[in-house]
Amino acid sequence: MEFRAASDQAMLVYLGEEIGLESHQRVFQLLRLLQQEPLAWVRNLQPAYCSLLVSFDPCAVDHHEVEATLRRYEERAEKMALPQPRVVEIPVCYGGEFGPDLEEVAAAHNLSPSRVIELHLSQSYRAYFLGFAPGFAYLGDLPAEIATPRLGTPRKKVVAGSVAIAGTQTAVYPFATPGGWRLIGRTPLKVFCKEREPMGLIAVGDEVRFRAITREEFAAWPPR
Amino acid sequence: MNSLLVENPGWMTTVQDLGRPGFGVLGVSPSGAADPVALQLGNLLLGNAPGAAALEMTLVGGRYLFPEGGVIALAGADFGAKLNGQPVEMWIPHAVRAGGTLELGLTRSGARCYLCVAGGIQVEKFLGSASTHLLSGLGGFAGRGLHKGDVLQLGAAEQRIRRRSISPRVLETLKLRKCLRVTKGPQADWFSEAATRGFFEGTFRVSEDSDRLGLRLEGASLALESPREMSSEGVSLGAVQVTPSGQPIILFVEQQTAGGYPKIANVIGEDLHCVGQLRPRDEITFARVSLEEARALWIAHQQLLNSGEELFA
Repeated sequence: MEFRAASDQAMLVYLGEEIGLESHQRVFQLLRLLQQEPLAWVRNLQPAYCSLLVSFDPCAVDHHEVEATLRRYEERAEKMALPQPRVVEIPVCYGGEFGPDLEEVAAAHNLSPSRVIELHLSQSYRAYFLGFAPGFAYLGDLPAEIATPRLGTPRKKVVAGSVAIAGTQTAVYPFATPGGWRLIGRTPLKVFCKEREPMGLIAVGDEVRFRAITREEFAAWPPR
Repeated sequence: MNSLLVENPGWMTTVQDLGRPGFGVLGVSPSGAADPVALQLGNLLLGNAPGAAALEMTLVGGRYLFPEGGVIALAGADFGAKLNGQPVEMWIPHAVRAGGTLELGLTRSGARCYLCVAGGIQVEKFLGSASTHLLSGLGGFAGRGLHKGDVLQLGAAEQRIRRRSISPRVLETLKLRKCLRVTKGPQADWFSEAATRGFFEGTFRVSEDSDRLGLRLEGASLALESPREMSSEGVSLGAVQVTPSGQPIILFVEQQTAGGYPKIANVIGEDLHCVGQLRPRDEITFARVSLEEARALWIAHQQLLNSGEELFA
């Protein structure tokens, strides 16, 4: 555990150095412990790949006390048993107007578009954390063969439900927002819905699998 | 129930309260009023809860009709408000007769003016808050900025004028600063000495391309000592992140909850409300303070806002 003040009201707790399951597990363990045994002065918890940002009420505690308290949680967090990840399946219609960058991604790796799809479908992904917009999950890690840098100039608007890749990550855009990830397909599912419980389709720690669907299935979603 | 009819929404007017902290795990940023001090004082003048929802107007006010009348207070930047054609003072309660119209023009001071109403603006809450989150279209009134013809419901309230104004001492203590105080950012040590000097000695101009997500600054280009990669991490409100082009951005109330750019500094809590009043082309500087000083300032600031009758003249 390494501590660095982020602001006068927030502390970054680093629990690993490399993006991967090992760091994720430590972040997730501490997050769960703090969710199960909430501290009165915690205002917000923001997990990421290797860190947890803890925002606090500075009228109640200072950075020294935050660090001392979290150090006391450390050992117990490490022993915390995590449940089996929840499996979430996301239907995707790849390519065409739904995945305008699929051809370019394929060309960049000297692969056929169908091989890119096959690789994207070949494994499951861990939801490391949510950020950017409500319900936007950072899913990793992509097969190395299709890891692709983000666009040089982000799009002003990405259609909600777009399935995208950037670097070694993949994600589904919950809302029509600007976006710099490369779009390879689209899901007919609503990624974030405030009338639903839970609101987000994907939660931190979930195991996410994609499943290819046809344009007809997409158009007729949900299946009867 | 009293209502408010939007005849002209100005440039960008949204419903805001004190936001929804605590949902970072869902990827939801707190949002909330860009100048929470103005919002709270405006509400307190009316006898509302300090965090009651109000209209946040940006740079240009607009025109609002009160079919059943009401009691209002204007707080924050001065937009040259007129009630039924007569100029009205900021920071005091005013009675609006049935059919009365409030018209506001261009800003004469900061970026945002708050129209607080007795009883508050009533909208369906999302995750416990009435704040509009524009990027995702959630919260506030239909998740968007107001349009001409929108009708907003006002909460039930005693329609009585409290003869009070904010004490000059309070307004002086909370006055807007153009020199923002910052603490060290988590990657401050990654920047070159020249960049650190440039940041604290230079003047930065707020770019036109600034909004509730972040304020882009034009000025000295801030370079890292050597190129470094970092993985995305949670970002705190007021973080000053620097993109590879060397341009600093102050992350603001509707910020992304996580990001992968190094942060050179973080605006202290006490000065965040000043950020909410910065306009494009405003010039600002930065001054370094310790975490201890920032905390002491914040505690004093909270005590002042919670001092009840002492806030008023």
